[in-house]
Amino acid sequence: MIIQTIVKKNAYYDSVTLMLLSRELKKLEGVEEILVGMGTDLNIELVQNLGLFSGELESITSNDLFISAKFDETRTNLEAIEAAFVEQLNKTDQKEADDDYQPPTLKSALQYLPDANMVVVSVPGQSAADVVDEALDNDLHVMLFSDNVSVEDELRLKQKAVNKGLLVMGPDCGTAIINGAPLCFANAVRRGRIGVVGASGTGTQEVTVQIHQMGGGLSQVIGTGGRDLKEEIGGLMMIQGFQALIDDPETDLIVLISKPPAASVAEKIYRIARQSAKPVVIDFIGGDRAAIEAVGAIACISLEDAARKAMAKLNGQKVADFVGFSLPEAEIEQIVDKAVATLKPDQTELRALFTGGTLADEAMKLLGGRYAIYSNIPLSPEMAIENMPDQKGHLCLDLGEDRFTRGRPHPMIDPQTRTEFFRSHVDEQTAVILVDVVLGFGSHADPAGAVVDSVREVRKRLGKVGREVVVVASVCGTDLDSQNLERSVRALESEGVIVMPSNAQAVRLTDRVFQRLEKGN
Amino acid sequence: MSVNELFKKDLKVVNIGLKSFYNDLKSQNLTAVHVNWKPKAGGKTRMVSLLDKLKKMN
Repeated sequence: MIIQTIVKKNAYYDSVTLMLLSRELKKLEGVEEILVGMGTDLNIELVQNLGLFSGELESITSNDLFISAKFDETRTNLEAIEAAFVEQLNKTDQKEADDDYQPPTLKSALQYLPDANMVVVSVPGQSAADVVDEALDNDLHVMLFSDNVSVEDELRLKQKAVNKGLLVMGPDCGTAIINGAPLCFANAVRRGRIGVVGASGTGTQEVTVQIHQMGGGLSQVIGTGGRDLKEEIGGLMMIQGFQALIDDPETDLIVLISKPPAASVAEKIYRIARQSAKPVVIDFIGGDRAAIEAVGAIACISLEDAARKAMAKLNGQKVADFVGFSLPEAEIEQIVDKAVATLKPDQTELRALFTGGTLADEAMKLLGGRYAIYSNIPLSPEMAIENMPDQKGHLCLDLGEDRFTRGRPHPMIDPQTRTEFFRSHVDEQTAVILVDVVLGFGSHADPAGAVVDSVREVRKRLGKVGREVVVVASVCGTDLDSQNLERSVRALESEGVIVMPSNAQAVRLTDRVFQRLEKGN
Repeated sequence: MSVNELFKKDLKVVNIGLKSFYNDLKSQNLTAVHVNWKPKAGGKTRMVSLLDKLKKMN
């Protein structure tokens, strides 16, 4: 094995393109490890961790591209690897609308499109604040997808935006739909009278998708980024978005979604909600129900419940907690009976492998204190994954969290991370595998297909020791998404996956299976 | 342009960063332009800070 590196000066490509390329090149004959990336500090650290560092990288800049590979020189060589790189890159380029003019700066882009009104920013975090500053200086609204933006920069940029009456949705904002245009990771939903402000990406996606499936539609979906409702930022964008929806004649009802905010921020939001002439539905996932109801807003017990209550209120129907299932109770019991019958007595553990962080968080909160669940986003510090004894016990993971996405794309873009967890974390003691399948713009072309492949593989592996496993899923998507809801559900069901119509119902069904297992079938 | 004024307009997007976001917008026939962005000063931290100082002096 030898390690060799190619550096291409001044050749910039975005990180997602290069991470996906790295994965393709790793499949080459004779290649043991490979990383293609820009020469950023983060990537150089990653190269060192992978044992791929060589002298050529010492003078690299973040504007230079590198290919570092460890390979068997009797089976391949650097020229062949470079040729494969060029071939893959051309394939990527061909898929894209490359004949369009691509100005080099925001300034030149504005000469080309002088009436632009929104800038979507997804450059590396350390450069993002500069780009947003320039957009705000040009009186443009911003969707800031980039993460790794400091709290100080976030506060400064949001204060500047508020002073100018502009939006800065983010940092780390995954989803928004403005004037019917889905930005970044949004689902294709119909337009309608419900406006949403959301601080959590997949939480917002789940609510908008459920509203669409119930026949409703969305006026505006404004993202804020996950830190907006923390004390330091003070909810600047949620308040800005909330106020805009109150003033918007096309919006009849407003839904707010966030993890529980800082007390001082919650107070500000409650004050506006109290004065709002429009009904307000609030899902502060696991938050203070009494405080929400005290200001005349509608509190929720799940993301699906938020969508249901929004629709009921809008249609003048009774607003009540949705704690059950869409299917009749007898059918649910049959599903549980059938599932439990396939398991052996020592199959007792949950493996919840989520690509959406909010969906993972909701799952743990809905399962409540009934189970001890280890996680990388634990409900209490002692349940951190590091404290899990020999992989024994229930596990619920947010596979999109930083520790799992270093040097590789988010699992909603590339399902490989979850595929690996199916291999490494599902074993003979696993009773239920619980997953989310998130469709929509930005997501993988066939996330259901990737789950189907993993389930097939795991069933084959466990089948050799005479075991089966129960797989429960929900699909966050619509009939209008390119991956198609119905097609995705059908593919999963054909592999014996129990597909529930929402994350909340998938979690509840999982709960039923474990309740039954605890009673001894 | 205030947020409520924005709501009355067709969204016109400048995309800076991941090109897939631009491709998604174009696939829906939305008006968008993709910036062929590169890190300032080749990403060299010292050069960036010198440029920032110059910008402030101007």
